Amino acid sequence: MSQFLIRRLLLLIPVLFGITFVTFALARILPGDACFAVLGEKATVEQCNQFKERFGLNDPVLVQFGRYLNDIAHGNFGESLKDSRPVTQIILERLPMTLEVTLGAMLFSTTFGILLGVISAIRRNTIVDVGTMAGANIGVSMPVFWLGLMLAYVFAISLKGTPFWIPPSGRLSSGITIPPLTETYHLENLSGLWGAIVTLASNTVTFNALITGNFEVLRDALWHLILPCVAVGTIPLSIIARMTRSSLLEVLGLDYIRTARAKGLIERAVIFKHAMRNAMLPIVTVVGLSVGGLMSGAVLTETVFALPGVGTQLVSAILSRDYAVVQAFTVVIALIFVFVNLMVDFSYGFLDPRIRMQ
Amino acid sequence: MSSQATSIQLEPLSTVSSRTPLQNALRRLFRHRSAQVGMAILGFLVLVAIFAPVLAPFDPRIPIRTVKRRSPPCIHVLGCPADQEEHYFGIDGNQRDMFSRIIYGSRLSLEIGIATVSFAIVTGVILGAVAGYSGGWTDNIIMRLMDVLLAFPSLLLSIAIVAVLGPGLINALLAISFVSIPVYARIVRASVLQVKEQDYVAASRALGSSPLGILVGHVLPNALTPLIVQATLGIASAILDAAALSFLGLGASPPTPEWGLMLGEERNSVFNAPHLVFIPGVAIMLTVLSFNLLGDGLRDALDPRQVNVNMKAK
Repeated sequence: MSQFLIRRLLLLIPVLFGITFVTFALARILPGDACFAVLGEKATVEQCNQFKERFGLNDPVLVQFGRYLNDIAHGNFGESLKDSRPVTQIILERLPMTLEVTLGAMLFSTTFGILLGVISAIRRNTIVDVGTMAGANIGVSMPVFWLGLMLAYVFAISLKGTPFWIPPSGRLSSGITIPPLTETYHLENLSGLWGAIVTLASNTVTFNALITGNFEVLRDALWHLILPCVAVGTIPLSIIARMTRSSLLEVLGLDYIRTARAKGLIERAVIFKHAMRNAMLPIVTVVGLSVGGLMSGAVLTETVFALPGVGTQLVSAILSRDYAVVQAFTVVIALIFVFVNLMVDFSYGFLDPRIRMQ
Repeated sequence: MSSQATSIQLEPLSTVSSRTPLQNALRRLFRHRSAQVGMAILGFLVLVAIFAPVLAPFDPRIPIRTVKRRSPPCIHVLGCPADQEEHYFGIDGNQRDMFSRIIYGSRLSLEIGIATVSFAIVTGVILGAVAGYSGGWTDNIIMRLMDVLLAFPSLLLSIAIVAVLGPGLINALLAISFVSIPVYARIVRASVLQVKEQDYVAASRALGSSPLGILVGHVLPNALTPLIVQATLGIASAILDAAALSFLGLGASPPTPEWGLMLGEERNSVFNAPHLVFIPGVAIMLTVLSFNLLGDGLRDALDPRQVNVNMKAK
């Protein structure tokens, strides 16, 4: 098993190198002079020289790339030109919101996707199956931001005044705030990696509220997360439901399932103890692959639900040509995506002994 | 096995022998239920796109000064007063007729889907063929680069590329096709590797065929099925991604009748004029749905192994 883990980790090196190289290259191929692109057309020659000197743009490209790698390894993503503060700080503020939506959507899509897939497989060719699969087809074809807007309309306007009303925007209701963890636990003098981790955890409102036992805030935060998570989770839900159905149907046709039924096992045990274990591998793959879509979806829906996450910041950074922010967000999200896929690979090893023996 | 074999309905020999593989595939496609639905919707959309100037009652870009902004749909048959002008889908925030804009939007959407995927296929085929033929370090470099592109969530990479190139429809399309190149390159490379060592390719080479001739004559026909299926599904996701970029304000610019842009422009009026958000979304969904259904149908119809599976299932 450890050999399997080590091999997977080694395979990661070229990918990480490639990701950082692509994001580095992206910022270098800015059309025209980088200086004019960042400082604007009216920049003077002196300003340009100063700018190039300051960011080391006169050095050889390889030196620049080395410095870039070194900076990233130390958690330094440069400075936002618009906000004049370190990009790392912006990431720590913005990333938690996106991660909350992504995780919530993943939970929603996996739970209901597998459930619907199993039901469709068991009740194959019935109206339930046909309905679910037709719904799944429509689900993968919807623009996520449109679904978000429609959900906001239905739950905030059509159901206004009923108990099903759900807030259409924002992270917390107005008037509700939560103190940062550094304040609650008196950790003000933490810095470096631990400081960053505590800030990240603190800005993850649901996590912060959960560990500090602030259940009123937790309830409010979760309530605000419902619509974005449902919107973002619908496409992966459809894909997972389809995959679960076909994977389970394939397994259900195998001989050992007939044996299990023949020896008199109840159907529930046949499905969940025998069939699902073997059907899990493709499902886990699809869940892992959908993380990219989930994060993209979170970025898109944040603008719909006015959530202070990566997406809203990314769009404003692009429109104001704040390249350091764009570059940093791209790297961070790609790294998270790669990390999740690594976890999926590891899980294969646990789910299928044949893979870790290879 | 034998019990399953007996349940397969064998077609009379005479009809089997009279059809080419292509005819068989088309027959299966036209009998595939989701492909039928997909083709019906797509056919409708293509007709709408072609006859847009005839169907659209107003110019999609020019405001109508006499109407109120964001007024709801007015259809006489459904009880709208006869003295009011008919606007099937209402009026948008810039006093333009939504119905005409939606109709012209179908043109743009189909063009976007087909243009991005064509560009990605051509580049992907070239890269995949070069990688597969040359092997060695050329192959390694090209394919590792493709792996890296696949390591990014695709929409986010296109957003990053648009950030560099600058917002705009053309740049958005370039970004979307760029990130979808790896899929096609992989398909073609796999096919090249599979075919390269076959005797008939060696024979063809001995007869003096050029690498390009072998590519066109032997490799591409082998890769055609997965390419067609992937391209159809690729058009669906390209349309979705282009709509997303336009929605964020990074793609098409006003007053272009692009569905994603129309949604983005009116997203804040969802609470008082929901039709302005609802209708473009349905249009996008139907278009994407038609390509997805057609892609599923093509996969089943073109893959001979799939046919056996389906027959077994029966």
